[in-house]
Amino acid sequence: MHVRAQLPVAGAVAAGGALGAAARHAATLLWPTPAGAFPWTVLGVNTLGCALIGVLMVLVTETATAPHPLVRPFLGTGVLGGFTTFSAFALDTQRLLAAGETVRALAYLAATPLGALAAVAAATAATRAALAGKGRTA
Amino acid sequence: MNWLLVLAGGAVGAPLRYLVDRAVQTRHGRAFPWGTLTVNVAGSFVLGLLTGVSSAQAQLLLGTGLCGALTTYSTFSYETLKLYESGARRHAAANVLGSVAAGLLAVWLGVAAAGG
Repeated sequence: MHVRAQLPVAGAVAAGGALGAAARHAATLLWPTPAGAFPWTVLGVNTLGCALIGVLMVLVTETATAPHPLVRPFLGTGVLGGFTTFSAFALDTQRLLAAGETVRALAYLAATPLGALAAVAAATAATRAALAGKGRTA
Repeated sequence: MNWLLVLAGGAVGAPLRYLVDRAVQTRHGRAFPWGTLTVNVAGSFVLGLLTGVSSAQAQLLLGTGLCGALTTYSTFSYETLKLYESGARRHAAANVLGSVAAGLLAVWLGVAAAGG
């Protein structure tokens, strides 16, 4: 794909990524977790973002009518990609381990991927069921 | 001002993830989500490096904004689900275990390099 054709997509991803990152920042300001505590806020952000991408991707890729081509770059790659974070998950785990909070670190290390996968699987299944109920699946 | 830093970092990090993912997947094909693995590991390393930076504004711009948006959990989980649904269950498990292990190693290397 040529650079000019990529520009609207990259712009949609950038705008969505800015909004998603700001929403995550807002969540950490609303529900701050002190150093050494279990990082509930980032766990919640990541789990919620994984549930929402499950809903979005079924709606975008599994319905009869294709959405606007910038919907997925903006909402999926941009907003939800910017909202969820892998780097903070990795650093928070490392910090808990370095602080000697081994049990809390291991619980967080396990809960984040398990919660993320459970959320995306459940949301995908629920959205498919809702679409099937409406008789709108492709 | 703080919000602008987060917005600016996110506005760069997310399209950077998109472009890196495209470049990596073009080289390696679609059988395994190497692109997302690459950005997640790279972003974890940089966030580890940033522990050596004391400026709160740099943390918001580069940590919360750039690294936060460069890395992703939503795409990681969705790609893992698609691997599982397509029958590539070993690939799905390898993606989860490999991403978590490589991300932790990367952040640890970053923190160590920053003198943490």
